[in-house]
Amino acid sequence: MLSDKDRVFTNLYGLHDWHLPGARARGDWDGTRELILKGRDWIVNEVKNSGLRGRGGAGFPTGVKWSFMPKQTDRPTYLVVNADESEPGTCKDRDIIRHDPQKLVEGCLLASAGMGVHHCYIYIRGEFVNEAKRLQVAIDEAYAEGLIGKNACGSGYDFELCLHRGAGAYICGEETALLESLEGKKGQPRLKPPFPAAVGLYGCPTTVNNVETIAVVPAILRRGASWFAGIGRPKNEGTKIFCLSGHVEKPCNVEEAMGIPLRDLIERHAGGVRGGWDNLLGVIPGGSSVPVIPKSVCDNVLMDFDALRDVKSGLGTAAVIVMDKSTDIVKAIARLAKFYKHESCGQCTPCREGTGWTWRVMERMVKGNASVEEIDVLLEVSYEIEGHTICALGDAAAWPIQGLIRHFRPELERRIKEYREAASRRAA
Amino acid sequence: MSEVGETPVEQPASFAFTPENLAKAKAHIAKYPPGRQASAVLALLDLAQRQHDNWLPRAAMDLVADMLGMARIRVYEVATFYSMLNLKPVGRHFLQICTTTPCWLSGSDEVVRACERKLGITIGETTPDGQFSLTEVECLGACVNAPIVQVNDDFYEDLDAAATERLIEALRRGETPRPGSAKGRQTSAPENGPQTLRDLSFPEGKL
Repeated sequence: MLSDKDRVFTNLYGLHDWHLPGARARGDWDGTRELILKGRDWIVNEVKNSGLRGRGGAGFPTGVKWSFMPKQTDRPTYLVVNADESEPGTCKDRDIIRHDPQKLVEGCLLASAGMGVHHCYIYIRGEFVNEAKRLQVAIDEAYAEGLIGKNACGSGYDFELCLHRGAGAYICGEETALLESLEGKKGQPRLKPPFPAAVGLYGCPTTVNNVETIAVVPAILRRGASWFAGIGRPKNEGTKIFCLSGHVEKPCNVEEAMGIPLRDLIERHAGGVRGGWDNLLGVIPGGSSVPVIPKSVCDNVLMDFDALRDVKSGLGTAAVIVMDKSTDIVKAIARLAKFYKHESCGQCTPCREGTGWTWRVMERMVKGNASVEEIDVLLEVSYEIEGHTICALGDAAAWPIQGLIRHFRPELERRIKEYREAASRRAA
Repeated sequence: MSEVGETPVEQPASFAFTPENLAKAKAHIAKYPPGRQASAVLALLDLAQRQHDNWLPRAAMDLVADMLGMARIRVYEVATFYSMLNLKPVGRHFLQICTTTPCWLSGSDEVVRACERKLGITIGETTPDGQFSLTEVECLGACVNAPIVQVNDDFYEDLDAAATERLIEALRRGETPRPGSAKGRQTSAPENGPQTLRDLSFPEGKL
């Protein structure tokens, strides 16, 4: 188990003062000026060497992403922090924002200094009204102390930070939809390329990073890349906040080492599966977009990007949704199909039409009112949606269905058989 | 909200920001570079909605369009795209029940039933006295404290049928119950207290 001294988010549960003095007592803003003065290349290299991969779901190496920003440009450049936390199962950024907001504010400054950026926006989901109020106070406190603003921390670096609230749209968590929304438009994703590092906010070079990614940066720079890289497995380094929800005895958020076995994570921190490990049916290990894995896989799988990819799922946002044997697994996935239908922005035909069709078929699958051949049609259509849309929402809608059919096909067939038998009994 | 146009809504003839909200609107516009004032559209629509009993009349959208130099259709597009913008009146207490899978696994069906039973309305309806509206929403992002109901700005978490009924009774009495866990949990920590972060020392302010 990760020891407390290696935990970055020391106020994860809000037991201590979240204001600036409390944050300083926990080590935030200690020597920030010196870190900035070490220079842009040093910051990016430290982050590269730490092995930090984006915590928003895709897991792209953060330092590499930062190095895509132009070294010299006469246009403004931007850092946009994605706090549009909406992936079902995920509630980690909320805790960072309400309990450790100075880690995020300091991270925004240091990341910006690493990219030569002087303007940063944090895009927070609209429903987080109270969290946004608190983050605004944290930003104001940092401004009042001269930690951000002109000559931030006395480093000579100018840095402006603004909070921007969304208004309810899952799709705005997709980075280019987020930029559209930030520009005052509907949140409809943009085609890539050009990537935001070339053409982003207001057409200017922009990097979009998740809250957790940015908030761990000060700790990495202060303690050193080797400290962070020493936790977890190669290419899957560092600590991560896991969100344990669903059928566990004690649902909770917890920061753990990447690569912790799933079973250890659930049993040590969430009091185990309701009714014991043998009562486990399956787990969605990384937020609703990643395919479900059955108990036989859960028994030994490690919780990191590569281990979960190897079992045809993903770490995603590390939101672990646990389902015990009482779960109607078809209904659980059908509800996700409804979610994606609701959240499709409507721009691409395969997603707009496909998510609605998928949901309607899934509702019939819940009852068994389908034919066995339709399982294959459902699978086929999911492959037609996947990879054929501008953004990854199409993929995200397809993967839960593929996971269900991959691991729970006999359950779908059983329902269809029972429904048919009941229908023929009624007819007789 | 996509429901626009389904039932005709009685629209006020005009809308104007209060001086206080006008000042707030200007502060929002100032966050963005010159010429990029459209970025403030969500902030201004939110201000207008808060000023207008939690729904957004056409006149307010037009005013925001004029203030930001946007074509009105662009503001209507935005207003119909984002789920938090209400294009028709809602009750004083706007109950938004999350029923996405993590909440559903933790008993959101029971919460929906408790709301419907207690209020005598179904999802999508408003009580005749205009006090309560009930709606189903997608993931609210507090899944380890599921199931969740958002009442106006506040999250009520770790609910069951009994806690939901107590919440509605308190709202009826005109109280604002303390948001957060109905079980008395410390935010997202496991029940009965955190098992981690107990061995913290911050020598000389450094980790």
